[in-house]
Amino acid sequence: MSTAHTPGAHAPVKASTGRLAVAWALVGVPLAYGVYETLTRVVALFG
Amino acid sequence: MGWLDRERTVAPPGFNRWLVPPAALAVHLCIGQAYATSVYKTALVKHFGASLTEIGVIFSIAIVMLGLSAAIMGTWVDTNGPRKAMFTSAVFWASGFLIGSLGIFTSQLWLVYLGYGFVGGIGLGIGYISPVSTLIKWFPDRPGLATGMAIMGFGGGALIASPVSTALLKMYDPNSGAQGWVASGDAVGKLFLTLAVVYLVYMLFGAFTIRVPAEGWKPAGFDPAKVKTAPLVTTDNVSAKNAIKTRQFWLVWIALFCNVTAGIGILEQAAPMIQDFFRQSDGVSLVSAAVASGFVGLLSIGNMSGRFAWSATSDVTGRKRIYMVYLGVGAVLYTVLALAGSTTTFLYVALAFIIISFYGGGFATVPAYLRDLFGTFQVGAIHGRLLTAWSAAGIAGPLIVNAFLDAQGKPGQLDAASYQPALLTMVGLLVVGFVANLLVKPVEARFHEPRPERGRYEPAMEA
Repeated sequence: MSTAHTPGAHAPVKASTGRLAVAWALVGVPLAYGVYETLTRVVALFG
Repeated sequence: MGWLDRERTVAPPGFNRWLVPPAALAVHLCIGQAYATSVYKTALVKHFGASLTEIGVIFSIAIVMLGLSAAIMGTWVDTNGPRKAMFTSAVFWASGFLIGSLGIFTSQLWLVYLGYGFVGGIGLGIGYISPVSTLIKWFPDRPGLATGMAIMGFGGGALIASPVSTALLKMYDPNSGAQGWVASGDAVGKLFLTLAVVYLVYMLFGAFTIRVPAEGWKPAGFDPAKVKTAPLVTTDNVSAKNAIKTRQFWLVWIALFCNVTAGIGILEQAAPMIQDFFRQSDGVSLVSAAVASGFVGLLSIGNMSGRFAWSATSDVTGRKRIYMVYLGVGAVLYTVLALAGSTTTFLYVALAFIIISFYGGGFATVPAYLRDLFGTFQVGAIHGRLLTAWSAAGIAGPLIVNAFLDAQGKPGQLDAASYQPALLTMVGLLVVGFVANLLVKPVEARFHEPRPERGRYEPAMEA
């Protein structure tokens, strides 16, 4: 996982993994729910 | 409102660039609701006593406004940065729902046209292009992957909005358990109010999470000199004003237009089409309405996953080659679908799935294609202007399919052969797009922006 490096910055600040996890969860959970709901409809196609 | 300015959004040292894709997704997942309008379409027809066409106009206005606002506001988005653009998009998108709900509660359809269609459509256009330029700058090593992640959200937004809206309509309507239930106007109005609040909050999360890279920033281990490994990839920059004067812009416009028109041809008719393809001589289809609904769901998954998978693959293959696949292989698959699609449902479903994944892939790959050809300087604005191809395809695709089908017979009486003229016309369009893509060459140097400093990676104004 890459982090930003700004010219002139001597020590990169430790990336906030907590913030990253929350941000991805906020978009990932609804998306996973939407995909799951859609797949339950798709099952009829192969039933 | 200075806190929205681009200067206030420059990333501090150590900022993790992987926070940018979820910020972009937060916006695209919300505006992707535009493809879930079928959930309340029948309810609005009943509430307003209007025809399906009159209600369909709401969506048409929104898509036309998407193309127009993306084209007109693209330069403004590039100049003012992604936070101000996302904030503006959130306000327009939420206001669209609020005005639309007022129209529903007061039974004035024109207010729904104005709200969801006009105002919401502006939110759609600004929101769609707002994170693209920024993502390309954060991921100069993988621009296709980055834009694929965001634009995948536009396909995924409908997957979320559809079941959530259905659940909310049932909750808001006390008669939801009745047989043959159609949601009341009151329930749709309350749904619009709820979506306005939820989408506003979500999109503001995106607006306040996004950052632009500091000038001169590059990912660890990334050498800009290595970007120009393919003949089509430039390290120069072309302004949006000049880009539309180039042959390359219009060739890519034609390629996108043909790809989208062909995809819409299937998407627009997905449910009735699969039933018609497997209609028996007694007029009864082997495919039930429930199975057809599952097919539509599968196409949505194909559309969404194609946006991510094909766009990410384009970082390895190059943009021109992947477009050759979308248009060339797409034309072959379309031909097989037209001539042999009715032999087995498995073949039909597999062909349609791949074709729709190419449709989604075309949308998601095009920002990186533009970056390759015109540089990063005003790629957001150029992308905005290119999206007029989407608006044009949104009109042409359904027109072509419906005109051919109307000539073949009435709905419920059509079979696989009835679709052949329309599908083979789409094959012709894909071949035109394939040739246009083949003709794309590097942009002539006379269109390049002057380089103010030697060795500088990109002009300062953008993001």
